[in-house]
Amino acid sequence: MSTTTMNDSKYAIETRAMNIYYGAFRAVKDVTFSIERNKITALIGPSGCGKSTVLRSFNRMNDLIPGARTEGEVLYHGQNLYDPDVDAVQVRRQIGMVFQKPNPFPKSIYDNIAYGPRINGWKGTRAEMDELVERALVGAALWDEVKDKLNQSGLSLSGGQQQRLCIARAIAVQPEVILMDEPCSALDPISTLKIEELMLELRQRYTIVIVTHNMQQAARVSDYTAFFLMDKEDRAGELVEYDVTSKVFQNPADKRTEEYVSGRFG
Amino acid sequence: MSTESLRPERQSIGSLPEGEAARQNVSSRQRRGKIWQGILLACTIFGIIILLMLAYNIVNDAFGGIGVQYAVEEEDLTDGRPLEELSQAELIAILETNLRSRVLKNLERERPLAERSREELIDIINDEIIKPEVVAVYSLSEFLFDRPTIEAELRKSHPRAEIEFKSWLSWDFIVTPMSSNPVEAGIRTAILGTLYLLWLTMLISFPLGVGAAIYLEEYKNDKPFDERIPAGRWMNNAIQRSAGLIETNIYNLSGVPSIIYGILGLAIFVRALEQFTSGAVFGYADPTTANGRTILSAALTMSLLVLPVVIISSQEAIRAVPGSMRQASYGLGATKWQTVWKIVLPNAMPGILTGTILSISRAIGETAPLIVIGASTFIVTDPTSLFSKFTVLPLQIYNWTSRPQPEFRAIAAAGIIVLLVLLLSLNAAAILLRNYLRSKRVST
Repeated sequence: MSTTTMNDSKYAIETRAMNIYYGAFRAVKDVTFSIERNKITALIGPSGCGKSTVLRSFNRMNDLIPGARTEGEVLYHGQNLYDPDVDAVQVRRQIGMVFQKPNPFPKSIYDNIAYGPRINGWKGTRAEMDELVERALVGAALWDEVKDKLNQSGLSLSGGQQQRLCIARAIAVQPEVILMDEPCSALDPISTLKIEELMLELRQRYTIVIVTHNMQQAARVSDYTAFFLMDKEDRAGELVEYDVTSKVFQNPADKRTEEYVSGRFG
Repeated sequence: MSTESLRPERQSIGSLPEGEAARQNVSSRQRRGKIWQGILLACTIFGIIILLMLAYNIVNDAFGGIGVQYAVEEEDLTDGRPLEELSQAELIAILETNLRSRVLKNLERERPLAERSREELIDIINDEIIKPEVVAVYSLSEFLFDRPTIEAELRKSHPRAEIEFKSWLSWDFIVTPMSSNPVEAGIRTAILGTLYLLWLTMLISFPLGVGAAIYLEEYKNDKPFDERIPAGRWMNNAIQRSAGLIETNIYNLSGVPSIIYGILGLAIFVRALEQFTSGAVFGYADPTTANGRTILSAALTMSLLVLPVVIISSQEAIRAVPGSMRQASYGLGATKWQTVWKIVLPNAMPGILTGTILSISRAIGETAPLIVIGASTFIVTDPTSLFSKFTVLPLQIYNWTSRPQPEFRAIAAAGIIVLLVLLLSLNAAAILLRNYLRSKRVST
């Protein structure tokens, strides 16, 4: 997991012949693609196509589901994340995650941010933690709204603010990659816009992978788009098309992609 | 799309009521709803009536009238002035004129009368000269509404006796120890025994129960040993099987009658572990040896009794912590233990505490297992350590109700009030604690 083994600095994450099973059921089959650094990659597709499963395999969140199993390779800096000697805990510090529903802890805004660094063995003074919290909140474009109420519960914020708090919480542990699982699906259009603007800013420092049902959103913010679809025969999700976003939306190579992005099914 | 037209015949789809029929249908459905509402209300009222009857019964016995007979009337001693207003010299004078010289000499030898306080002298006058004696006990309803009858009755049997109001529940009742004379008997020993037992049971069952609940909820599917070694595989298998066995049987265990836990406690804690539960291993030698029938044995038995319920309620509280919280914590790179300790437990704590306190407050009303493990029903000494003999409130009440004298029935009722107050305050504490923890969790 050391950052010295950068054999291919262009890509943050590469998957090779990845198959994900839930028990005996194969949910995702044979996915091979590479995610570029400091870009936003959108995973789109209809419900049940396995895009969230693929996203969650990048920081081994699927490990938490009993019976879930991943075959093939997920390479991060050339290291297979599923090697027996790789600890999922370490993976998740470097590949952070933002969830569909805002899920701040029932703690103060300050403690929500400080939680990540503290559990990861952070050492420093109280003033340094204050600085860290401020930077994370500034980074998530939330600082101005909450700087006077850092001791209030994270749950007292609005939905959009809560989601930005979750983003701030994720960047407080200084990850390289941020995975976002439909981060705006529970938010109103204005909050959604704010999160999208934030993503474009975060792109400069982080690699972002986002799962979204909202195709306009994928078209607006992402650099690359991966289109997933469920194979009708074995009900396993597969990667249909992966390319630069403008190409996927304007000139897709696959007919199924064209039907989906033009809204003819899904 | 029009598969309908391909069908040879159209089948009837029934009919919905229209117009007047619809109106009637609605009002008949509403009527049915009203009838059920009435039945539900009747159930509630039935419950309330039962509660009121219980309260009436207890209060009726715990307060009421007594027929008191005095050897000498107070007015005759003091020319109509109350004893409390007399000076010390006057009190001593009363004692000297009314007591026989031998009794007086004994008192003087104990401590000269002149050195005693006025309260002490008044007590002596009460005990030695006035000598009140309860000759009859009347319930509160008799005392209030049936006065002429009971007065006539009393005049016939004890012509000199008078009817007085008596509250069997009093401060004296709470602070005096047990006595064979019901008028003097108090419940202090039993209250102390119950409190001792309560804390000790909580101390034992809370960590054990919460620990087991955490394991069953969070770690059940973990494989702590190396799967690549046969011994590790075998150990993992054994652990998972026993966890499964406990999980499936825990509801059965919580339903096991309490007396069976009493028998278990007798066999294990009182008999087999006597050296430990009597404190002998710790070099503790009680002169009034309890032989393992100690508070410690009782608390261990009670812990066995409440443990399944504590585990179940803690499991439910842990399960109620949203999975999204755990995911958020894992997503930041927390280990399982960090997630459990910093996220799951603080969020589950209000529920865990409420469940634990409620189940333990249930246990302090238990009598059967304590009888089996040999708790004392008549002791006058306070419990002083884990290895003391003891009695508890329900046992004391049980003991009193089984005696023939009506005075004991009255103090049993007073004891029930004490027990209920203790239980209710415990439950209130549980609710306050839960609300406090909840408010702390959300507002900070």
